[in-house]
Amino acid sequence: MSVIYILLTVSIIIAIVFFTAFIMAVKNGQFDDGYTPSVRMLFEDELVKTPIKTIKKTKIKNKTNHN
Amino acid sequence: MESKVCYHCGDNCTDTTILIKDKPFCCQGCKTVYEILSESDLTCYYDLQSSPGAIPKEIEGKYDFLSQDKIIEKLVEFDDGKTQIATLYIPHIHCSSCIWILENLNKLNPAVSLSQVNFGKKTVRVSYNTEAFSLKQLVLLLSSVGYEPYISLDDYKTGQENVNRSLIYKLGVAGFAFGNVMFLSFPEYFEVNEFWLEQYKHVFRWIMFAFSLPVVFYAAQDYFISAFKAIKTKILNIDIPIALGVVVLFLRSTAEIVFDIGSGFFDSLTGLVFFLLLGKFFQQKTYSFLSFERDYKSYFPIAVTKIFNNEEVPVQVYDIKKGDRLLIRNQELIPVDGILINGNARIDYSFVTGESETVKKSSGDKLFAGGKQTSGVIEMEAIKSVEQSYLTQLWSNDVFSKNKEDGFTTLTNAISKRFTIAVLSIAFIATAYWMFIDSSKALNVFTAVLIIACPCAIALAAPFTFGNLLRIFGKKKFYLKNASVLEQLAHIDTVIFDKTGTITSNKKSDAKYEGVPLSIDEEVLLKNTLRGSNHPLSRGLYDILKDNDIVALDYFEEHLGQGIEASHATQNIKIGSAKFVGFNNDSAVLNTAVHISTNKGYKGKYTFYNSYRKGLSKLFNKLKKHFDLVILSGDNEGELENLKKLLPAKTKMLFNQKPDEKLEYIKYHQSEGAKVLMVGDGLNDAGALAQSNVGIAISENVNVFSPACDAILDATKFNQLYQYIKASKSAIKIIKWSFLLSLFYNVIGLYFAVTGQLAPVIAAILMPLSSISIVIFTTLATNWVGRKLQ
Repeated sequence: MSVIYILLTVSIIIAIVFFTAFIMAVKNGQFDDGYTPSVRMLFEDELVKTPIKTIKKTKIKNKTNHN
Repeated sequence: MESKVCYHCGDNCTDTTILIKDKPFCCQGCKTVYEILSESDLTCYYDLQSSPGAIPKEIEGKYDFLSQDKIIEKLVEFDDGKTQIATLYIPHIHCSSCIWILENLNKLNPAVSLSQVNFGKKTVRVSYNTEAFSLKQLVLLLSSVGYEPYISLDDYKTGQENVNRSLIYKLGVAGFAFGNVMFLSFPEYFEVNEFWLEQYKHVFRWIMFAFSLPVVFYAAQDYFISAFKAIKTKILNIDIPIALGVVVLFLRSTAEIVFDIGSGFFDSLTGLVFFLLLGKFFQQKTYSFLSFERDYKSYFPIAVTKIFNNEEVPVQVYDIKKGDRLLIRNQELIPVDGILINGNARIDYSFVTGESETVKKSSGDKLFAGGKQTSGVIEMEAIKSVEQSYLTQLWSNDVFSKNKEDGFTTLTNAISKRFTIAVLSIAFIATAYWMFIDSSKALNVFTAVLIIACPCAIALAAPFTFGNLLRIFGKKKFYLKNASVLEQLAHIDTVIFDKTGTITSNKKSDAKYEGVPLSIDEEVLLKNTLRGSNHPLSRGLYDILKDNDIVALDYFEEHLGQGIEASHATQNIKIGSAKFVGFNNDSAVLNTAVHISTNKGYKGKYTFYNSYRKGLSKLFNKLKKHFDLVILSGDNEGELENLKKLLPAKTKMLFNQKPDEKLEYIKYHQSEGAKVLMVGDGLNDAGALAQSNVGIAISENVNVFSPACDAILDATKFNQLYQYIKASKSAIKIIKWSFLLSLFYNVIGLYFAVTGQLAPVIAAILMPLSSISIVIFTTLATNWVGRKLQ
């Protein structure tokens, strides 16, 4: 039955891992803005090119910021 | 006339329509934005939301001050020489297109490396490379696509704002501990005297003890601090029995496991703190896009143009010294008191006095800070610094540093006083009784009473009732600063209204014509002449007159500050002040009027009257049964007769009130015991709003700034004011009923406690049960109250 020590340790460690993840998320400000990310995730990463375009532009590396 | 809607901003294209790729635009500005965006393949902007844009404003020279290092330093939040990060407030942010375009700023300028929008706060945080770009260029870039940032003196401070997230941390700690302790305490409840459990229960108990430590010493610390403060000031608030309960729970539980008497009450302890914090968290509804703390700094510019050795240099407003020459452009705010040197000054003092009409000043006249120049460029000499100016001095009044919540006994604290006394006496009587019967149980009974009587349910009633009603009000466009405002609102007995902008609406004004009737030709000419003018009165009158055919004018001239002159075919017309049109016996000077004369002589005048908000008389008639009503206006008496007709007879009316006189008036009535609700709008009401028990600012557009206040009410909901007050009174009733409900649970608990039978499992059931039933009851009841609101 002394296996209970291992089980307890494991369960508490897992709980603490999740707890730390929560604290870090709050610290990073993830809970500060509850609306914008929900809109941002629906945007296309690449720009939709209009077919009539004539101007040649050097394409900037497309990076939408998801943090 | 067929009107098309502008592809960019959604306004009606009336005068000139510009077509590009079959898309209509109302003006050159909108067209330019479209061109900029389509050049960078950003036309997706228009697909996400139709007509999302704003017309870019003329900003020539407005942001020159942003090239000064000293000012940049205060505005950016990070700077390492190569990269700068700045957060800018953009009032126009309102839809998903806005988020999209602002987060794709690097497509418009590659020097921008990252831009992130906070929709709730309407801010965008931009990082950019300072070698290729600057803050000024960033602001100009944003303005060029119609997203002009709003930069005011309020932004002029160093360092980042510290966000206080401690409540979320505390809630997290308490919730984490509560969940784990529940798991660990369950076995002992269900498997009494089981062999293996007897072996290992000590491990379980000590782990529970370890979990409870951060809850008692970190999560619950606010209650200890508050209780300590209350005892020091000799007030019995609700936090005293709570703190007492937490301490007794912790000490008794620890003693139980140390001496191996029982399993302790760790689950009740952590659960209690968790529920209490949850209530606190729920009550803390904030509207991130509103600010209730604004003072003059939010209205004032950071810098103005100074004339120094015949050169124009931007100067930070705090650096303006007596004797400085300042250049004020059209639509700019005068930041300090001064003397007009030259230029055509028409100052709009509506910020300061509430008087909507502009004042004409000639050189040598004194100008007061807070006025807005409305026609052309003027030069002035500063005679005071910013802090010493007339308007800004209002903020040195004590009311602005006073906290309204101090000195107000909340219902919860009022109950808690009697409650605490009752609980302590029950505890002592029961202990004394057990001393005689069975002294070994005496301490057990004493602690049990304090544990079970811990007023968790009472402490939760107010936060959940107010928190929920606050949210319901928010949905109905009545935004309250905090829950305490709601409680104060229920105790109001006097309602004081400002006039201009509060009971009158800013947008529409009515004009009545008096004089010789105009012929059809004259009406056509009048309408067409007004079309060319941008003066607010011309625009106002233009909107009121019915549509006429458009004719080309042969001659048109606008005489600044006097009027307009125009001719068509054989007809001449003069529109403007009485003197300008050649009419010399104008008697009614109190109301704003526009006079008209043609080549056939003086015709008559359009007199402007304030247009009152819809439902005004109805609202006043409802209010008069329960409250004393007062109108406190900074304006002249021109509307007195009109108001007398509209409002109930017993309404008191005072005119020509200066900002500090309004404040004193309220203070005087409060000293006589009145609980005052002040309803106002402009900066001139700021003192009165701060002094009153509850200050409500009326706002035509909640995204535009309103002065420091306790609540912001959307102008369209003005006629619902009585319903809101009534709802807050119902909230008080709901709380009183919840107190009864929680008292019922307390009586059950106390029975177990006094008879010495309080087992941990009973506490563990009773405590969450009472809390949850209070939460359910208050939520349902407030929703029912909220449904009656429109």
